[in-house]
Amino acid sequence: MIKILRAGRINSIQDMGRSGFRHLGICQSGALDRTALAIANLLVGNPSDAAAIEFTLGPCELAFTADGRIALGGADFAATLDHKPLPSWWSVRVRAGQILRLNAARHGMRAYLAIAGGIDAAPQLGSRATDLQAGFGGHGGCALKEGDSLTAGAPDDPTAALHGAASFGIRPPSWYEDDAETLAIRVIPGPEYELFTQATQKTFWNSNWTLTPQSNRMGFRLSGPELKIKKGSDLLSHGVLPGVIQVPPAGQPIVLMADAQTTGGYPKIGVVISADLARLAQLRFNRTIQFVECDAAQAREELRRDASYLQQIETAMHWLRPAK
Amino acid sequence: MTQAVIQALGESALILNTGASATLDCQQRLWAIAAKAAHWPHVRDVVPGMNNLTILFDPLAADAEQLADKLQNAWDAASVSQKTGRKIEIPVTYGGASGPDLEEVARHTGLSPAEIVKRHTAAEYIVYFIGFQPGFPYLGGLDPQLATPRRSQPRLVVPAGSVGIGGSQTGIYPAASPGGWQLIGHSALRLFDPAANPPTLLQPGDRVRFVASEVIA
Repeated sequence: MIKILRAGRINSIQDMGRSGFRHLGICQSGALDRTALAIANLLVGNPSDAAAIEFTLGPCELAFTADGRIALGGADFAATLDHKPLPSWWSVRVRAGQILRLNAARHGMRAYLAIAGGIDAAPQLGSRATDLQAGFGGHGGCALKEGDSLTAGAPDDPTAALHGAASFGIRPPSWYEDDAETLAIRVIPGPEYELFTQATQKTFWNSNWTLTPQSNRMGFRLSGPELKIKKGSDLLSHGVLPGVIQVPPAGQPIVLMADAQTTGGYPKIGVVISADLARLAQLRFNRTIQFVECDAAQAREELRRDASYLQQIETAMHWLRPAK
Repeated sequence: MTQAVIQALGESALILNTGASATLDCQQRLWAIAAKAAHWPHVRDVVPGMNNLTILFDPLAADAEQLADKLQNAWDAASVSQKTGRKIEIPVTYGGASGPDLEEVARHTGLSPAEIVKRHTAAEYIVYFIGFQPGFPYLGGLDPQLATPRRSQPRLVVPAGSVGIGGSQTGIYPAASPGGWQLIGHSALRLFDPAANPPTLLQPGDRVRFVASEVIA
């Protein structure tokens, strides 16, 4: 169904990741921008958690070897389908032989290609996501490379294949078009927040933090003023999860992302709320963020808002289905 | 038993922190709680750490305060897990290319390589918890005489199956990864297989013994 003609550096099959195995050291994996993945999937008639391709760096090129329907979500990679521009957040039909090209990202960092039926990788431990560190899931546990062939599953609901509908698109949530100099990321203070002096706490909230190129799917390393810890920072190893902001002895924070290890030992100054992890996932290297204090109630409210937005898209999709 | 503190970790996780310092008794209580909490509604993951426990839950379906109460009650009522873990033997080739730091550990401890192997294989280790990477065991029970500081320069790649000593800990790397532990041996046993059920060879509570299949010294 899809043949990779030219692979970018870190492109892999991802879905919403795995849960229930962290006590065995098995991390979550899954899309870094779960909102973009969900939208791309809904636009082709898939359940929002179907497997898709996560592109991190272009340029990439792939050929479709069968007819189908696709949508891109997330970063704007200046994509073309047979040399004609293919905008993000747009659902189109493809024919066998057509070539999709993703160029350098103009905006954002990660794009998702959904295909009707989802990418048909064998589920392992409850998910099709690629665990790149442990080397399993997705396409043989590896990043995609030139020559790889992927197949699509049978569409979930054949009447939802949308063959009758022409191309159509949606306007993404506003933050994808947000070009603010500094991205505001909401954070709930963490269990070791009080281990930092008041002056350091102020520094944490009031500084601009730069995303360094040493960042990857495990963690986003930030640089800025040094965060000093009041007393002994050696904790006994404890569970960690995506969103946790660790402060190692050097005082430069690391935000854990989807591929984060399951346990860690550094003090946790805060936790990025789940709803803002998707926004953070699209931050480009050397851009800055500011942390904004928030509480669990707000965090839940944001999750509800995202869920209801996805629900709206799903509802609208029903209007496009041919009447039975 | 000490008072446990329940802390929030973002909107979707809670930590039960015992404040104790790495005792087996405390860890056994946590295993008992972990076994129960895994079946609570809306709980996605339960992760024992070193004398602490983290639960991850669905923040839109679960009531965090109720869960915190439940966790507190579970700790107050906890009995020591009676479940004795399985006994697992891990065959190890010590020294030579399989254990490039055995000589270094000998220099540091003042023990002969043969004595190190003898002591390392004499102990019964207990898996306190699994973390860091799939199947990586945090083992309790290393002979204190064998404690050796980590290498000043961590290796960029420690081969999968390497058995090492890092400070007062010992363990096995299930997958190749960077690492600073002193490598004394290698086991061909597979610690992680995503197709197996369960996918990891070791689980919290298991009792581990290293068996010398060969010593190259």
